[in-house]
Amino acid sequence: MNPELGQIALILALLLSGLQCVLPIVGAWRGSKPLMATAPMLAVGQGVFVALAFGILMWSFWINDFSVAYVAQNSNLDLPWFYKLSAVWGAHEGSLLLWMLILNLWTVALVAVLGNRLPQAFFARVVGVLGFVAFGFLLYMITTSNPFLRLFPVPANGADLNPVLQDPGLVFHPPTLYMGYVGFSVAFAFAIAALLGGELKSTWVRWARPWTNVAWGFLTLGIVAGSAWAYYELGWGGWWFWDPVENASFMPWLIGAALIHAQAITDKRDGLRAWTLLLSIFGFAFSLLGTFLVRSGLLTSVHAFAFAPSRGIFILVYLAVVIGGSLLLYALRAPKVTGGKSFALASRETLMVIGNLMLTVACAMVLLGTLYPLVGEALNIGRISVGPPYFGPLFMILMTPLVLALPFGPLSHWGKADLKVWTRALVRIVALAVAAGIIGFVLGARTFLELLGITASVWVMAGVAMFALKRWREAPRGKRYPFEMLGMMLAHFGIGVFIAGAILTRSMSVEQDVSMKPGSNVQVGSYDFHFNGVTDTPGPNYHAQQGTVIVSRNGRQVVVLHPQKRTYAGGQVQTEAAIQAGVFRDLYVSLGDPIGDDAWSLRVYDKPFVRWIWGGGVLMMLGGFAVVLDRRFRLKKVREPEAAGTQPDTGAPRKLAEGQT
Amino acid sequence: MKRLLAIAILAFALTLSTAAFAIDPLPFQNTAQRDRFQHLTRELRCMVCQDESLLASNADFAKQLRRQIFDMMQQGKSDQEIKDWLVARYSTFILYDPPLAPSTIALWFGTPAILLAGGIVVAVVLRRRARPAHAIAEEPGEDW
Repeated sequence: MNPELGQIALILALLLSGLQCVLPIVGAWRGSKPLMATAPMLAVGQGVFVALAFGILMWSFWINDFSVAYVAQNSNLDLPWFYKLSAVWGAHEGSLLLWMLILNLWTVALVAVLGNRLPQAFFARVVGVLGFVAFGFLLYMITTSNPFLRLFPVPANGADLNPVLQDPGLVFHPPTLYMGYVGFSVAFAFAIAALLGGELKSTWVRWARPWTNVAWGFLTLGIVAGSAWAYYELGWGGWWFWDPVENASFMPWLIGAALIHAQAITDKRDGLRAWTLLLSIFGFAFSLLGTFLVRSGLLTSVHAFAFAPSRGIFILVYLAVVIGGSLLLYALRAPKVTGGKSFALASRETLMVIGNLMLTVACAMVLLGTLYPLVGEALNIGRISVGPPYFGPLFMILMTPLVLALPFGPLSHWGKADLKVWTRALVRIVALAVAAGIIGFVLGARTFLELLGITASVWVMAGVAMFALKRWREAPRGKRYPFEMLGMMLAHFGIGVFIAGAILTRSMSVEQDVSMKPGSNVQVGSYDFHFNGVTDTPGPNYHAQQGTVIVSRNGRQVVVLHPQKRTYAGGQVQTEAAIQAGVFRDLYVSLGDPIGDDAWSLRVYDKPFVRWIWGGGVLMMLGGFAVVLDRRFRLKKVREPEAAGTQPDTGAPRKLAEGQT
Repeated sequence: MKRLLAIAILAFALTLSTAAFAIDPLPFQNTAQRDRFQHLTRELRCMVCQDESLLASNADFAKQLRRQIFDMMQQGKSDQEIKDWLVARYSTFILYDPPLAPSTIALWFGTPAILLAGGIVVAVVLRRRARPAHAIAEEPGEDW
C-alpha cells in the first residue's frame, strides 16, 4: 500500500507544480493579487507532497520492502541502517527524488525568507519559474524513472547497495552536491523573473546574491566530499581524475564562482547587468547538465544512453526547453542599455572582468574536453580519450592570470585603482613569494613544481594578508571586516591553501606498490612500514581481511594502520585504505591480494599536504556562507503597496532597506 | 536483444571494476624508473574500463599491459617507443593525451579560440566603456 501512496504523492506534486508554474506568472502578468497569492501556498503544498514521497521511499528501505523494485535493487537485509537510509539516493530514481526534495527545500526557504519582503509580482514570477523546473523534473520521474515501481514475485532479499557506495561519503556527498546544483536554480529563477517582468533596475541582484553564495558554498562542499571520498574509498590515493562525473560538478562550480563576482559588480556598480543574467542562466544550465550527465548513463557510453531511449529523449527535450527558452527570453529582453558607474581601465572592475573571462573559458575548456569523446563517438570519427594530461595543463595555464591578478582585486578601488597602491603591493607580494620560495628551497624543495606551488600559494595568501592589514589600518573599528568582505577573504585564502595542497601533493608524493611477507619492512620517504600479516575480521554485512602495518620514523613508532579488504555477500570486493591523516602529510596503506608464500601486495603512500586540498575547499565554502550574514542583504518587511492593483505589471522594484553601498 | 544484453552485462562489469584499484608490485631497478613508469601509465587508458588509467586499473587487461610496459622499460625502450607500440596495437584511444590529428583539431584549438574570442570581446568592451582615470571622480567614504 505504501509505495502507491508515494506514487500518488508524486502525481499530486506534479499537478501542484504545474499550477505553481502557471498561476503566479499569469497573476503577475494580469496584475491579479489573488492569483499571485497562490505562489507560497502552491510551493509549500508541492514541498509537502514531495517530502511525503521521499519519506515513503525511505520507509520502504527501512522496512526492507523488496516488493519495491528500487529497494530490491539497492538494499539488502544485512545492510546497516544508516546505509539503508542513504541508499535512497544510491541510484538513478532515488537521486532524482532527492534532487526534487532539495528543490522544494530551497523554494520553501525562499518563501519563508523573502515571501513578504519582495514586491509581490516579482516574487510570484520567481516561484513560478521554480514551479516550471519542478514540473519538468517530476514529469521526468513519473514517466521514465519511477522509484515506486513494484516487483513481482517479491524477492526474499535485495541485491545490496553497491559496496563502493557503502561509506559515510555517500551519506553526505550527493545531498551537499545537490544543494549546490539545485541552489543555482534560485539565481536562475531570479534572472528569469527579472527578464519576464522587464525589470529595468537591477535591484533583484542584491536579493539573489546570498542565495547564489550559499549554493556555491554547498557545491564546493559537495565537490570536496566527493574528492575526499574517492581518495580513501577507491584505494587509489588520487583526489581528482578529471573524470566526466567530476567535470560535471566542476563546470557549474566555475560558472558559480564567476557569477558571484558578476553579481557583486551589478549590485554595487550597476554594471555587467546582461552578463550577470547570462551567467545566472548558464550556472543552472550546467547544473542540469551535470545531474543528467551523471545519472543518464550517457557517460558510460553513448550506447548505454541509447539503452533507455525514453529517458535520453526526455532529457534532451527538457534541456533544450530550459536552456533554449531562457536564452531566447534573454535575447528578447536583456537590457539593451549598457549602464553602470564609469570606471578606468585600472580598476577593480577590470580585474574582476578578467577573472570572469578566465573562469568561463576554463568552464568552456572542461565542457569541450568532456563532451568531445561523446560527440566523436556519435559522429564515428574514432574513439578519443581526453584525460588529465589534457585538462590539467590547460587549466593551470588558464588559471595563471587569475591567480596573478587575485591579490590586486580587493586592493583596488572601484572605479579607479591607485597605481601607487598596486606597485607597493606588487613589490611586497613578490618579496614574500620569493622569500617563501627560498625558505622552501632551504627546506629541501628542489623541483620546479614544488617551488611553483610554494610561491603561487604564498602569492595569493600574502595578497589576502595585505588586504586584511590595509583594512585594519584604514577602516574604523567595528567596520573593518563586514561579513561580505570576510567571506571574500576566507575564500581567497582558501584558494592559496588549495594551490599549495594540489601542487605539493602532486610533486612530493611517494607511491609504492610492494609485496610484503609478515615481518618485513619497506622504507617510503622517511617512514618505515612494518607489515605484521593479515587476520580475518567479521563485519556487519561483509567479511574482512585486515592487515596490520606499523609505521615508524627514526625508530620511533608513529602509528599502527589497519587496511582492510572486504568481501560482501554479493561477492563484490572492496578495499578500505587505512590512513593516518595529518596537517602536513597523510600516510596511506591499502591492502591488495595475497600473492603466494604468505606474502601480500600492499600500496604504501606518503602524501604530503594532501589535506590542504580539501582544507582550501572548506575555506572557500565558509567564504560563501559568511557572505550571507552581511547587513547589506537584510531586507525589511514591506507592506504590499496600494498601487499594486492598478499598476502591477511593471512590478517596479522599490528601493528596499539599503545596507552600506 | 543479444546486443542489449551484452551492453547491460558490460555496464554492470564496468561498475564493478571501479571497486578496487590495482596494487601491483613490480621489481623496479630504482626510484627513477618507478616514477617514470607511474608517470607513463597514469596517462594511458585502461581500454576495458569506463574511465581509469592503466596505472590504477585492476582489470586483467591493464595488469598484462603493465607487465608488458615494464618489460619494455627493462629493454631500454623510451616512453615514446612504448607509446608508439601501444598506439599501433590499440589506436590512439589508449592515450589520455590525444595527439593532434584532423579529428582533434577542434579539441586542441577550441580553448585558445574561445579564449581569443572572449579576450577580444572583453578588450573591446573595456576600451569602449572605460574612461580615463582623471575623468573619474574620487568617491568619498566606504570603498567596498
